[in-house]
Amino acid sequence: MQHFPCPFCGLRNETEFHFAVEAGHSRPEPAERVSDAEWAAYLYANKSPKGESREVWLHLSCGEYFILSRDTVTRAVLGSVTLPGVTR
Amino acid sequence: MTGWRHQTLGRNIDRSKPLRFSFDGQDVDGFAGDTLASALIASGQRILGRSFKYHRPRGLWGMGAEEPNAVLDVRHGSEHWPNTRATLARAQDGMTVTSVNAWPTARGDMFRLMDLAHRFLPAGFYYKTFMALPWRFYEPMIRRMAGLGRVDPSCAPRADVAQVSAECDVLVIGAGPAGIAAAKAAAETGKRVWLVEESSQLGGTLRWRGGEIGGTPWQEFAAATREIVLAAGGRILTETTLWGAFDHGSFAAWERGVPERHWRIRSTRTILASGGIERPVWFANNDLPGVMSAEAAFHHLILYGAAPGRRVLLAMASDRGVPVARALTDAGVEVTLVDARKTPVDCGVPRVTGRIEAAHGRRGVDSATVNGKRIACDTILCAGGTTPTLHIWCQAGGKLDWDASRDMLVPRPGTAPMTVVGAAAGVLDLETAVEDGWAAGSEIEATNRPAPKSPPDHVFRPDPSLPGRQWIDLQNDVTLKDVTLAAREGFSSVEHLKRYTTLGMATDQGRTSNFAGLTAMAAVTDRTIPATGTTTYRPPFQPVPLRAIAGPARGALYHAPKRLTLEDMHRAAGARFREYGGWLRPATYGAGDETTVARIEAQTARQSVGVFDASPLGKLDVIGPGAADLLDFTGYVRMSTLKPGRARYGFMLSETGIVYDDGVVLRLAEDHFLVSTSSSHVEGVRYRLEDARQDRIGRGRVFIHDITQGFTTLTVTGPKAREMCRKAGIELPDLPHMGVGQTSFEGSPMRVARISFTGDLSYELSVPANLAHALHDRLDTALPEVGGCWIGLEAVLILRAEKGFILIGKDTDGATMPHDLGWGGPRTRREDEYIGKRSLFTPEAQGDKRRQLVGLRVRDGDAVIATGSHLIEDQGARRSLGFVTSSCFSPTLKRPIALALLENGRDRIGGSVQVFNDGEVRSAEVTMACAFDPKGEYLDG
Repeated sequence: MQHFPCPFCGLRNETEFHFAVEAGHSRPEPAERVSDAEWAAYLYANKSPKGESREVWLHLSCGEYFILSRDTVTRAVLGSVTLPGVTR
Repeated sequence: MTGWRHQTLGRNIDRSKPLRFSFDGQDVDGFAGDTLASALIASGQRILGRSFKYHRPRGLWGMGAEEPNAVLDVRHGSEHWPNTRATLARAQDGMTVTSVNAWPTARGDMFRLMDLAHRFLPAGFYYKTFMALPWRFYEPMIRRMAGLGRVDPSCAPRADVAQVSAECDVLVIGAGPAGIAAAKAAAETGKRVWLVEESSQLGGTLRWRGGEIGGTPWQEFAAATREIVLAAGGRILTETTLWGAFDHGSFAAWERGVPERHWRIRSTRTILASGGIERPVWFANNDLPGVMSAEAAFHHLILYGAAPGRRVLLAMASDRGVPVARALTDAGVEVTLVDARKTPVDCGVPRVTGRIEAAHGRRGVDSATVNGKRIACDTILCAGGTTPTLHIWCQAGGKLDWDASRDMLVPRPGTAPMTVVGAAAGVLDLETAVEDGWAAGSEIEATNRPAPKSPPDHVFRPDPSLPGRQWIDLQNDVTLKDVTLAAREGFSSVEHLKRYTTLGMATDQGRTSNFAGLTAMAAVTDRTIPATGTTTYRPPFQPVPLRAIAGPARGALYHAPKRLTLEDMHRAAGARFREYGGWLRPATYGAGDETTVARIEAQTARQSVGVFDASPLGKLDVIGPGAADLLDFTGYVRMSTLKPGRARYGFMLSETGIVYDDGVVLRLAEDHFLVSTSSSHVEGVRYRLEDARQDRIGRGRVFIHDITQGFTTLTVTGPKAREMCRKAGIELPDLPHMGVGQTSFEGSPMRVARISFTGDLSYELSVPANLAHALHDRLDTALPEVGGCWIGLEAVLILRAEKGFILIGKDTDGATMPHDLGWGGPRTRREDEYIGKRSLFTPEAQGDKRRQLVGLRVRDGDAVIATGSHLIEDQGARRSLGFVTSSCFSPTLKRPIALALLENGRDRIGGSVQVFNDGEVRSAEVTMACAFDPKGEYLDG
């Protein structure tokens, strides 16, 4: 079982987490000016890198989303940070 | 009858405590401390099972998880363990032990004639033979003959294996010399060390081979290790199978003792000292009972006083066999060494240079051919070399390298996050193993030693030039010829070889056979061993009962449903409970046929009043200046325009435009909303709201709080709802339809909402859970006065279907968009951004063949339409236009009603379709989804 670091709660078992989305995709807006192709790319086109990746994960226990950097081959966790713009 | 018990040897048995169990109907005597294996050998039992395919007699081979033959069915009291390895089970008084894959007994197995047909049962026999006729014709017969133990369904094991999570600094796997040295060294540096051992004692091979560690007798060293590990806060788990290595230093272990426990261990550092397993030696009929691992014979002799025979041949090619021969000689066994080396060392035991070519005997070894000469013997011991046990290493991602100088596959350093020491790392020399273990435990570099350069004098391999059948895999009946055949037929990859011949499968997972299969395949295909490769190692290391892994999580506890605060009250009223969306809720009240009862309840609710427990509906508090913005963005229907004190029905979409959830949003104050979700979607909706809150609206502007379980909601519905509340002493605020207000109940505020899921006048009464029973009692007393009753979910589902109110996931599917449900308004009018908006305007979303929600009215009789029936055109080719999503008999309308998703459904209203189910076709009229009171005249009572 993998061990993921929630930036708010610390190391927890992977069963407490859900993958949310690949990081770095910004939502194209407004809808009226977004082409079908752009929208489809936003919804479905992922880089799915082999190796280092940045992903948004949700820690189900505390309800916080955060960015997790990890290696998809070795499963090494490289770090985690809060979403940009988080104010507490 | 060749095995016997030595008078004095046997460190592990207590001769003052005899015990008796039965094996295939015969009594077997043993002593406390015996394993089934040692008791069976000592009592002279030789044939312990029949082979998997040819039903050949098989005896004991080994001493642990590698045992391929002695797989037994064990019953003791109410417990039953099919497929128990005799080497791993402690003998207990009164056990009933039977052989598997044999009938009636292993000795007199009726299927033994199968062996005569071996010429016709080559590798891949089933694939080749049973292709012509349907497999189902043969399957029942083959299934009966195949397999080992049988599960007895009447014997339900207890669900009491505790599941424990633990952490340690250093995990040491295996308590042989290298393992205990590592554990002691690590504990001395103050680390919390966990030492996990498969057998019941520390010491590994030293327990029978004897020896010193760093000048101390090994027993003293083991005792000192135990002491210091415990003193440093560590733990020693014996009789524990460490069965799996997983990510980030996590391991699973099954402790077989009392109490039985299943551990999930997370370690910072791991030292693998899992030892090695002795290889067989290959000659014709090397599967006969009486052919045994030399190390295992040594082990059984010293620990249990169990000797396998009186006249023993010991085949070997290294000095590791010598102490075995000496110990047996000292115990009074006549031993002859058959040494394959050209220049053997004299060791004082009678010795022949050469090799065993064949074993002979019908039910067990009675002689052997050595260098072409027949020699009488009753036992052949094999010391064919050592294979490091590296399952855990490979499970953790470790790679193997071929080391020709040691004739074994050894771990490639740095490929898995653990340190391997001792025999597992290919180090068979005691002193070096201990030194390596110590270095690993204290985290210092091991002193560099020159590795032996020259390859061993002689290595054992299966030899195709010998006549007769040489067995590679005893458990799966794979011979050298099968491997050759597989190679000839193109299955030359080891993974294919495994699937084609089943070599290396089943309980022993090829511990004694994989190496031979690999080297044989390499030889046949003229490849090197590294080029041939190894099969993949996966957990578990050896069979672990699912009972141990599942623990108490089964039956009602497997996926425990949520329970209502008022469950006891509903039960007292005769409710039948069922799970709906993760909640255990009343289906109907009272006895009688469920469908009939549900119809009566529904009818009562339409005529007077019905009360149901609506507490599972999700309740999410959304509070703050950004609350309206948040709900506008996450919802399809705008909520910022809602006035405080009012409620509005809306949807939540996915970004793909698909309807994710529906529900009513109540605006309690300018900056306070209560979002009511489907009962099974509370968490999902909460996380979607959190997503938008954290990523878009701002954490400081809005808060989300799940208060679902803090409140009990009872819904009073029916024309007499108002009267009934009055009789119950509840002062209702003056509310319009979709109005929300507050009243006082027992001194606390009670929320009252006029939201109708039934089409009748309805009041949702919500109180804090601590007032649930009081509210229940009040309503329960008033109910009979107005001729009402409690209604279960089945009746509620009828009432909502009559109104055409949908259930997400039942009346919608993974392609349903809001305009398919008749909610096209926000799509065409909203100019601001919301989740899923763009997807509602793709060519697909704007297509003219979308499946839309409609109602159906059958024209032929009162039979209910089957849910899931396909809808097809009246004429022309049969093509599915959609399907029936909900269907029931409406007691109010006195006819069957149904909801369906139908291609272009709204344009077809008034027309007809055919309903196709299981070959039967009925005709139906397409109607509006709402079958009852389309104008809403009943909403005000």
